[in-house]
Amino acid sequence: MSEALAARDVTVVIGGARILSDVSATVERGEWVTVIGPNGAGKTTLLRAFAGLITFAGQVLVEGRAVLSSTRRQLARQIALVPQHPQTPQQLTVAEYVLLGRTPHIGYFATETRTDRLAAERAIARLGLRQFTTRLLGSLSGGELQRVVLARALAQEAPILLLDEPTSALDLGRQQDALELLDGLRRDSELTVLSAMHDLSLAGQYADRLLLLDGGRVVAEGKPDAVLTEEVISAHYDAKVQVIHENGTVFVLPRREEKRWVR
Amino acid sequence: MARPAQQTPARVTKTCPLCGKQFGCAQGQPGCWCEAVVLRRETLAAIRTAADGCICPACLTAFADKERSGRDRDADGPGEVKATTIWAKALPHSAVRSRGVSALWAIIAVGFLAGALLLGLATGAASIGPLSIIASVLSHLQVFHVSSPLGTVDDAILWQVRAPRVVLAALVGGMLAVAGSAYQGVFRNPLADPYLLGVAAGAGLGATIAIAYSTARSDIGLLLPLAAFAGAVIAVAAAYVLGRSAGGVHGTSTLILAGVIVALFMTAIQTFVQTQRSDTLRAVYSWILGGFGTADWYAVVVVVPYIAVSSAIILLHRRVLDVLSLGDEEASSLGIDVRRARLVIVLVATAGTAAAVAVSGLIGFVGIIIPHTIRLLVSPSYRAIVPLSLLAGAGFLILADALARTILSPAELPIGVVTAFFGAPFFAILLRTSRRMVM
Repeated sequence: MSEALAARDVTVVIGGARILSDVSATVERGEWVTVIGPNGAGKTTLLRAFAGLITFAGQVLVEGRAVLSSTRRQLARQIALVPQHPQTPQQLTVAEYVLLGRTPHIGYFATETRTDRLAAERAIARLGLRQFTTRLLGSLSGGELQRVVLARALAQEAPILLLDEPTSALDLGRQQDALELLDGLRRDSELTVLSAMHDLSLAGQYADRLLLLDGGRVVAEGKPDAVLTEEVISAHYDAKVQVIHENGTVFVLPRREEKRWVR
Repeated sequence: MARPAQQTPARVTKTCPLCGKQFGCAQGQPGCWCEAVVLRRETLAAIRTAADGCICPACLTAFADKERSGRDRDADGPGEVKATTIWAKALPHSAVRSRGVSALWAIIAVGFLAGALLLGLATGAASIGPLSIIASVLSHLQVFHVSSPLGTVDDAILWQVRAPRVVLAALVGGMLAVAGSAYQGVFRNPLADPYLLGVAAGAGLGATIAIAYSTARSDIGLLLPLAAFAGAVIAVAAAYVLGRSAGGVHGTSTLILAGVIVALFMTAIQTFVQTQRSDTLRAVYSWILGGFGTADWYAVVVVVPYIAVSSAIILLHRRVLDVLSLGDEEASSLGIDVRRARLVIVLVATAGTAAAVAVSGLIGFVGIIIPHTIRLLVSPSYRAIVPLSLLAGAGFLILADALARTILSPAELPIGVVTAFFGAPFFAILLRTSRRMVM
């Protein structure tokens, strides 16, 4: 048994709408799995179910233990979540924000100890943020903030990382930086990563496996070159794409079929 | 950034604090030579105690060698070494910390409260100087063997009239400011004050009913605080139950709305009772405006337990309040049971506020202005806001009460007039000069 995360027949209904229907998925320990799918497919909801933030029917196991029978604190020591739009209070310093990631290791009424400060310091250093330590969050750029949020998740020292659109706010170069960094982090610290992403080419290049959701159901699953085919993508994204395989890497390019407006 | 090989980090020349040699340092950027040296956490801690900041390659290698020889002797598994791989050598660890209450601000706040206490005790018709007050305080503390310079009359004025009043004002001021900061943190709303969930309306209704329907005028002194307290607690409980049953998961705005609805309902009943008994309007109105005209040691003893327990519990939650500033979802994913934390904080803040309101009436403004002043002047962290609000709120209300007693002496101004009249311009100036975001 080396499943870090497992979902069995998970169904989520919010306000009468079925967001997820009988989703089953597993993530092996040390693996990077990326959930892809069109808007509204249920990617974020699946991550939230794994983090135990919503109620669902079915079973979600984290390291073999049912999510709903764990306390928030136990769960927070297993899973660190990076939401798509994290709240970053402008007046906090980078150090203060990263230290908040230590919450699951700090007694409810206590404040952080030396161990916590060292852990935060390691996370700050690992993400190359040392020169920002005392800067206010309000003074950072989008790319810098993204790294600060990652540092907070890393300081949590949880073996599983859930990332919701970790690169959506970044430019091309910063996207690559962030994903390379994540790949390095998970190899160094033996992390398990489950992410949700929109950019299919990037998703395919960094994940070990892809999970394609559409309409709240798993419609394809497997290695990137098996999932990212023209038929699958055009069927579920309602898009016209060209898929290029080159040296084991898959590129998904949007393609305009004919010029509809000719001058 | 993440690709060290493609970047040349800015290098500076530093002097090693251990051996005095010069060396190049990339100041924490990826690609610094120090990344090649892998250390255990304990070794890093040992370096930190020996040197503040980066050390030179020779010294660092010496530490690494010493660690390796120690490790061979201990014969640790290789897995542990990997798990504690450390890169952070450039940063003095003193920079990674949360800004709490600095010593300077603690001294300023304590000094402000002490000054306010002294001024409050010295204010009044009988002139008793600050030095005599200090001597009298020392004489009452048996250990110092100082004889009181005051006569029996002055002594009675100081200890039976002024002291309970000043102490009560301090307790109420501290409580309202702390409760205000707690409400602002829990609801992530800069406009939140201790009366947000209907405390004021509930206490007002309770007091009105007590004043309007009490038959014997003599027992009103006991009945009124009880009725006000009960009304406040019932109002907040009703708001909480309504907000939870309607709001489901999405916490705060439904709760605030429920508070508004409960307050409106209770105010309607209060107005109805007042029109039925218009002869009691004046008494009700003077209670609502608030004040410490009837303060005695009995009132102090009655409210101390509530205020002490309530502010202690809120103080213990100061870090939790910081975590809550990230939003419900993120606070949950960091291991906080958000609903329970919010319930506990609202509950104790309400109990403390209700006790304060019961003995002093509805004193506005303190719960909003004091926490925001601390937030703007000191730090946005609740580790600073909560303890400093306690001290500053206490001092502020003592001063406000001293003014309320003197401006129209021998008549008394309602204290709410003073807090708003002096508090509002002060806060306006602060807001303009600090030019920071409030929350």
